[in-house]
Amino acid sequence: MTTTMARPTGRTPSATGRRKPSPPGGRPRWSSPAVVNVLVLLAVLYCLGPLLWLLAASTKDTEALFAANLFSLDGFSFVENVRQLFAEGDGVYLRWYANSLLYAFVGGAAAALVSVAAGYVFDKLEFRGKKVLFGLVLVSVMVPPTVLALPMYLVASGLGAVDSVWAILVPVLFNPFGVYLARIFSQGYVPDAVVEAARVDGATPLRTFTSIGLPLMAPGYVTIFLFQLTAIWNNFMLPLVMLSDDSLYPVSLGLYTWNSQASITPLYYQLTIVGSLLALIPLVVAFLFLQRFWRSGLTAGSVKS
Amino acid sequence: MSGTQVADPGKRVALAVLLGPFTALLALVFVVPVLVTIYLSFFSTVYEGTGFGTARTAFVGLRNFATALGDPAFLSGLGVIALYSAIFIPLALCLGLALALLLDSGLAWARQVSQTVLFLPHAVPGIIAALIWLYLYTPGLSPVLRALGSSGLEIELLGGSLLVPAIVNISLWSAVGYNMVIFYAALKAVPGELLEAAAIDGAGRVRTALMIKVPLIRGAVVTIGMFAVIGALQLFTEPMLLSQASPAIGSRFTPNMYVFDAAFTRNNYGLAAASALVLLVVCCALSYAVVRLTNRGARR
Repeated sequence: MTTTMARPTGRTPSATGRRKPSPPGGRPRWSSPAVVNVLVLLAVLYCLGPLLWLLAASTKDTEALFAANLFSLDGFSFVENVRQLFAEGDGVYLRWYANSLLYAFVGGAAAALVSVAAGYVFDKLEFRGKKVLFGLVLVSVMVPPTVLALPMYLVASGLGAVDSVWAILVPVLFNPFGVYLARIFSQGYVPDAVVEAARVDGATPLRTFTSIGLPLMAPGYVTIFLFQLTAIWNNFMLPLVMLSDDSLYPVSLGLYTWNSQASITPLYYQLTIVGSLLALIPLVVAFLFLQRFWRSGLTAGSVKS
Repeated sequence: MSGTQVADPGKRVALAVLLGPFTALLALVFVVPVLVTIYLSFFSTVYEGTGFGTARTAFVGLRNFATALGDPAFLSGLGVIALYSAIFIPLALCLGLALALLLDSGLAWARQVSQTVLFLPHAVPGIIAALIWLYLYTPGLSPVLRALGSSGLEIELLGGSLLVPAIVNISLWSAVGYNMVIFYAALKAVPGELLEAAAIDGAGRVRTALMIKVPLIRGAVVTIGMFAVIGALQLFTEPMLLSQASPAIGSRFTPNMYVFDAAFTRNNYGLAAASALVLLVVCCALSYAVVRLTNRGARR
């Protein structure tokens, strides 16, 4: 892997003086604490900057948004902006928000349950065709979901489900990566000996899952739920393909349509900015408070594979 | 493993209840659509007689594939992806790895807070990340462009040669923290004895990082590289959004946009299916190549 050797320090001015590592006796300049912390700080600013801009911009009225000083308090109108956001199109934004919450929370919770159950079965039960079926799971993780958009639309339209909540809620239940994760969690959290003991005690496999497997896998369930919640909240192509009735839109698609009108009606810049900020809140809150679940999922999914 | 008897009614119930829903979804949302795509790719709407005669769906063999592969718009979309990947993949891997190594070096302060902030953009939905950056690229709105402009530097990000790098930047912003977290977690699993041994042998921090830590976490690097390849081929949300503000982005700017345009604007299902399959094949081939290449690198 020669590519990983190249240090991407080119974007940081402080690293221009880097040399070959460790000349004997001399301490290489760029592994000093100061340089390390400056580099990390630059990365932190890069990550935080756009979000701070969004926050600052959401407090401006349209005129101040295009004015020079972003951090002056001239034209402070956050409350007015939010009021306008909620009033636009008879409260269509709140409608979108409610839709997103429905799709993400109901869809995510159900998808995580389906995935945990399937992952547990793949780990603990033997059955014919297991290898083939799990192979299909892995293949479907690899296939870009966008490749499936047209046929999914055609299937949905054949079933008469286009432009209904089912067109969104059913596809998001399918989460092959969640099954893959759940299998890893099942291996880690549910000892085979416990399952065996339950069997000897006469519990049916289904009962073993509901009373032993599922409770033990609860942290894994939360992780998979979070992943799917985010994925659904972020979903853009599926609603774009499936929905034409804007009262069914999730926030992502709604903001997309507003942005398309912004170059003609600058008011929509303001609505899109405030709408984006409010749409971030559930995710950022979920992310900050449930960090350890994210981490366990990320590392289980990537490091062990 | 428990419960391996073949005719166990309890197990059959468990399989039906626990695996049934997933299997049904797999069929409905994956297997059937894939088969439909393959089927559609061999058919096309033909018009009988001259002009707009009666429309009829006919088997056309591989003609849709030939059309897609011969269409300059599709090929230029693949070109855009190639350029995008050439910039995005090395940067996403290197920056993520560099940040993980910096945080793992023991020299960084406020490690936990830095990690959280670096990972935060990953929690921002793609469409909103694209919106924020679009506005930061928009002259008049963007404080960055204004600052550059007042120091005499006028740059155009929504067209011209900086367009693809501008899109890369959006993806990078979302991806770097995610990659960092995964690399960092992998680095935590590097055995301490190895690092001590290296220190005793006189290896500096930089040498230890590049010669010992990086090779030990190549599994994670390969996985992330593969995700990056698949992600790059799927480029859709960011250019779709930017196209609302940039005349330089047409409706067939990337292969995914090409598929979308063929299916839902031009209603040419055969062409859409064929170009989606071409994309799928490229995707699988590249993922396979990434794995093969990195494995060969390991044996050396």
